[in-house]
Amino acid sequence: MKPMTMTEKILAKHAGRDHVLPGENVWIDVDVLMTHDVCGPGTIGIFKAHFGGKNAKVWDREKVVIIPDHYIFTADAMANRNVKVLREFAAEQQLKYFYDVGTAKYKGVCHIALPEEGHTRPGEVLLGTDSHTCTAGAFGEFATGVGNTDAGFTMGSGKTWLKVPPTMRFVFHGELPPYLMAKDLILAVIGDIGCDGATYKAMEFDGDGVYALNIEERMTLCNMVIEAGGKNGVIAPDQVTLDYVNARNKDKRPFTPVFSDPGASYCYEKTYDVSKLEPVIAQPHSPDNRAYVSEIKGAKLDRAYIGSCTGGKLTDFRAAAKILKGKEVKIDTFVVPATSEIAAGLKNEKLNGQSLEDIFKNAGAKIGEPSCAACLGGPSDTFGRLNAPISCISTTNRNFPGRMGHKEAKVYLASPLTVAASALTGVISDPREAL
Amino acid sequence: MEKIITGRAYVLGDNIDTDQIIPAQYLTLNPSIPEEYKQFGKYALSSVPPGQSGLPKGHVPFHTKDEFISDYQIIIGGKNFGCGSSREHAPIALAAAGILAVVAEFYARIFYRNSVNGGYLVPIESSERLCDKVCTGDELRIDLTTSVLHNLTTKEDWKLQPLGEVTPILEAGGLFPYARKVGMLKV
Repeated sequence: MKPMTMTEKILAKHAGRDHVLPGENVWIDVDVLMTHDVCGPGTIGIFKAHFGGKNAKVWDREKVVIIPDHYIFTADAMANRNVKVLREFAAEQQLKYFYDVGTAKYKGVCHIALPEEGHTRPGEVLLGTDSHTCTAGAFGEFATGVGNTDAGFTMGSGKTWLKVPPTMRFVFHGELPPYLMAKDLILAVIGDIGCDGATYKAMEFDGDGVYALNIEERMTLCNMVIEAGGKNGVIAPDQVTLDYVNARNKDKRPFTPVFSDPGASYCYEKTYDVSKLEPVIAQPHSPDNRAYVSEIKGAKLDRAYIGSCTGGKLTDFRAAAKILKGKEVKIDTFVVPATSEIAAGLKNEKLNGQSLEDIFKNAGAKIGEPSCAACLGGPSDTFGRLNAPISCISTTNRNFPGRMGHKEAKVYLASPLTVAASALTGVISDPREAL
Repeated sequence: MEKIITGRAYVLGDNIDTDQIIPAQYLTLNPSIPEEYKQFGKYALSSVPPGQSGLPKGHVPFHTKDEFISDYQIIIGGKNFGCGSSREHAPIALAAAGILAVVAEFYARIFYRNSVNGGYLVPIESSERLCDKVCTGDELRIDLTTSVLHNLTTKEDWKLQPLGEVTPILEAGGLFPYARKVGMLKV
């Protein structure tokens, strides 16, 4: 049989087939469907319209996971109404996994909440009503974002149809220098292939440079494949993955890791020596508008933002704290932990005897509640939102016009190290000079 | 799905992402509620920078006569139309504003799929870059049987890519009717 990539193998297995080829359309079984407050109400509306109205029943009450995270800490009545729609639906359908606002179960950003709560497993298929659902490819599964109609269809049937993507392979070799993070690697890749370079394709990451990354950094890598148009990002599971998953796996659901076959065919291959890269930044107004930090350092900034599924994990805050410890920021600096677990980590984890939270507070940063917050703008009272045409350097994932609020605001995307170094000076700064 | 689509062109450039099509602050509206669906038409394309709105000149408002319905029915875009988020609100916003079809060099995957799934509008790929050739306001006629775009204002014709494998889904009216037709959905 023709060798397959791990993306092809996962899809073949879920289609009940021995083999699939890129370009084929297949109907597959879905293991987990995730939705949130922005797309959940629309998805529920479509689901009910097509699966029996008041009598509609989700296909599996343990496989539909609802995680409100986008517009949570806002006075916006419509946003709060949407969370209420989710709450009523979760109760009506007796969903096992609903991470409700204002309860001890509240988590924050869905893409980080999913693995933390044990909903990501190697070899599975995860669909989510959010383009950054691809983050979970870090656990060796097929994970991709879908719209309301697809999600409504899966909610009632447990199935979806999709086209098997060809796979691009990115191999990272060498030891990552202390001034670089996964964010620099993925911004370098997006800069190389462009924000349409992986349209309709899978992006597989491999090499010792990837397996040396911790699980949060692998999530950053997969999180941004959508910024190159990728359908999914994927990293084969290793012991690091299995240890993380086994410690958290909800209901101890059995899973089977899947690996690319030797000799599998790739539509594109590129190898990077990570020891030779330098800090990368995406300039306004596109994630592929790449520059090296050294090329544009000194550009004036008004704000720094550290947060989101891409750049608001404990690894990101550890990195930023290394630079901010004992210093004071020069511009407004916003810190938003992705989840409640990470928020607890900011209090508990110490760097030279000081908690990360105290390091940020003493540096003059403002700390927000766990949620998507200003990564995607949101209602006008959203913490950290760009309500004026200012310049912001951010650890988030997207910088198209208007993404963080004002359509004439300028957003630079960079690693937490580069953002922290720039927060101290008020201009784009190289982390190599701050570490 | 109509085989002949006519209307006035609204021309945009490359990488028109979902935040430009429908800014995140309006995602609190629920498109499953008809009164709220209508509101999306009002905010469609409201985050496209003015200089990029209505090419080649720019600074052309998408709405003038009606605050919900646009003066234009066909969008001409460049590369990677609809990139960014998975929000189905993006094709919904365009459809609510009266857009019947988009003609772009190519699409971001999720936007394309959402457009087809909901049967909101017809996403068509051009055979060459048209956002530098068509002007905002040109009267267009798309013939899906011959895959040709006629510019009635300038009398030029351009070949379009055939719709291909999404044709049966668009003809059925979207994912649900299609899935019922092929037996994947019994309810």
